[in-house]
Amino acid sequence: MLASATAAPSPLPSGGRDLRLDLFRGVALWLIFLDHIPQNVVNWFTIRNYGFSDATEIFIFISGYTAAFVYGRAMRERGIVVASARVLRRAWQIYVAHIFLFTIFMAEIAYVASTFDNPLYAEEMNILDFLKQPDVTIFQALILKFKPVNMDVLPLYIMLLLFFPPMLWLLIHQPALALAGSALVYVLAWNLDWNLPAYPNGAWFFNPFAWQLLFVFGAWCALGGAQRLSAALRSHVVLAIAIAYLVFAFFVTLTWYVEPLGRFVPGWLSSWMYPIDKTNLDVLRFAHFLALAAVTVRFIPRDWPWLKSPYLQPAIRCGQHSLEIFCLGVFLAFAGQFIISEWSGGPVVQTLISLAGILIMVATASLISWYKQMEGRSPAGRTKPPDADLAGGEA
Amino acid sequence: MRFITALIVTIALNCLPAWAAVAEPQPDSCDVPASLLESEIDLSRATAEMKEKHRLDISVLGTGSSAIPGPDGAHFAYPAQLEDALKRQLSGSEIKVTAHIQPKQTTANMLGSLEKILADDKPSLVIWQAGTADAINAVETEDFRASLEGGVDKMQTAGADVILMNMQYSPRTAAMLDVSAYADVMRHVAQQQNALLFDRLAIMQYWNDIGTFDLYAATKKYDMARRVHDCIGRALASQIINAAHLDALRMQTTR
Repeated sequence: MLASATAAPSPLPSGGRDLRLDLFRGVALWLIFLDHIPQNVVNWFTIRNYGFSDATEIFIFISGYTAAFVYGRAMRERGIVVASARVLRRAWQIYVAHIFLFTIFMAEIAYVASTFDNPLYAEEMNILDFLKQPDVTIFQALILKFKPVNMDVLPLYIMLLLFFPPMLWLLIHQPALALAGSALVYVLAWNLDWNLPAYPNGAWFFNPFAWQLLFVFGAWCALGGAQRLSAALRSHVVLAIAIAYLVFAFFVTLTWYVEPLGRFVPGWLSSWMYPIDKTNLDVLRFAHFLALAAVTVRFIPRDWPWLKSPYLQPAIRCGQHSLEIFCLGVFLAFAGQFIISEWSGGPVVQTLISLAGILIMVATASLISWYKQMEGRSPAGRTKPPDADLAGGEA
Repeated sequence: MRFITALIVTIALNCLPAWAAVAEPQPDSCDVPASLLESEIDLSRATAEMKEKHRLDISVLGTGSSAIPGPDGAHFAYPAQLEDALKRQLSGSEIKVTAHIQPKQTTANMLGSLEKILADDKPSLVIWQAGTADAINAVETEDFRASLEGGVDKMQTAGADVILMNMQYSPRTAAMLDVSAYADVMRHVAQQQNALLFDRLAIMQYWNDIGTFDLYAATKKYDMARRVHDCIGRALASQIINAAHLDALRMQTTR
């Protein structure tokens, strides 16, 4: 696979937008939203309960793919400076979005701190101690060291983009070397315990040194890697291995929820397999994502007729405006959880909140599409950069 | 503007939970389904102590959630309630539950005093409540795992069976404090090292779901905390009696 790469710049994929990316990123955004509401019956339906990897892998891979697609073209057409500037502007936008979400989070926490009291939870309420030092907390949040629960993905994304310009250059000119370098960083991160420090303790929940592998792999696929893999992806052996692995992961996951099944997992297997580390993107998780992707591209071709079906448009729309919809999803998860905990909600309410959240995400995505369309048509409107939105609202 | 729309829709949903809350049943007892308490692990050392000496020495190691605030809190907290429940059910045997509660201690910190506790109490069973302080302090889960494994090892070497007790189910703080990763580690360590898991998280969630307790409720009063601890004490007692096969012993001693 690596040997087949040459020193010549790799070709950009032909054709326009691959709607499959939008579709799966949209679905991933919905799943991330659902998973972020802790007490929610609906998140029994999300993929994390049926295998090792979850929506985060899908999101990061597709983000790497689309980032390379969009900025790779910019780098070829307008040079490294312009492309880098645009990547960094995107990182800045994500940073601003992250801080905006942090503000909303702080408001919710401050409200809970001032209204909730119960001697039963005296210990748990210590988590609010950080409100006693707002100066430290807010500063630590600004430098991305303090990240409340469920606010770890955007800082990861920011880090990935900050280091993306040189990686993109390398991916275009020496794709095999770039991928090997990325894998090397991943291995070193595992062996040397590399991670970024967090506040007040510990390290980043999504280790950028590990997760960059998935992002770079996505970018590599976008810049011609997918074509290089296409022979392997057509092979029956690969398909059989992928399906076998998915089935294996499904049964292992089942033992987490159905206690009596645990005895069928032999001791040597569980001591070799566990823990399946999300922070450092465990190899088992990465492999699970690859298997999922291999099976998906096999059965859902680029020109899959369903991609034009109106039933899939809501997910595709969401995937096309991923940053906005991701942030909205984090906010809606806060809001939904707030409703559930303030007014206590049973399964019916949880289901309604989940559905309402997804509807709001879809409505917002449609609104953004409409805005863009309107601005594009208005006579005074500036001409759009040629590649804007091509692959899903930029990165 | 999108966020305003979002807010309006979510607020519009408010009325629904109110109906749901009214419709929920309110059982009097705090029974726990057997599936949440059963385990394939035997507390053989506790069984032996009961058989040979007709006594049971239990040490409880824990942090803030093993206590209730206030001067008479210890009297109502689950370690004392456990002792009462065991004494009621195993009358004729001497039951001693010694609680070592150190608020805010992470699991690594608790290891410091472990050897002295084991030497002083000579327990045949240690109940180790852990994880909450680690989650609050964002201790790395691998460090948490190592501390737990080390502690369980010491307890077992000192001749005690071990019950690991995980966190409380706390829906109000769930948005700020995600304990699930730590709960997973505890489940796994228990499995690997033949310790029993008292799944306080699942049990309290069950009580909340069926309406035994409204754990979302804000209150300054101690009633609910005391009732919850009483129920935890009783659930622990039945788990211990089951896993140490003391039902049979109870029959013998009362005969």
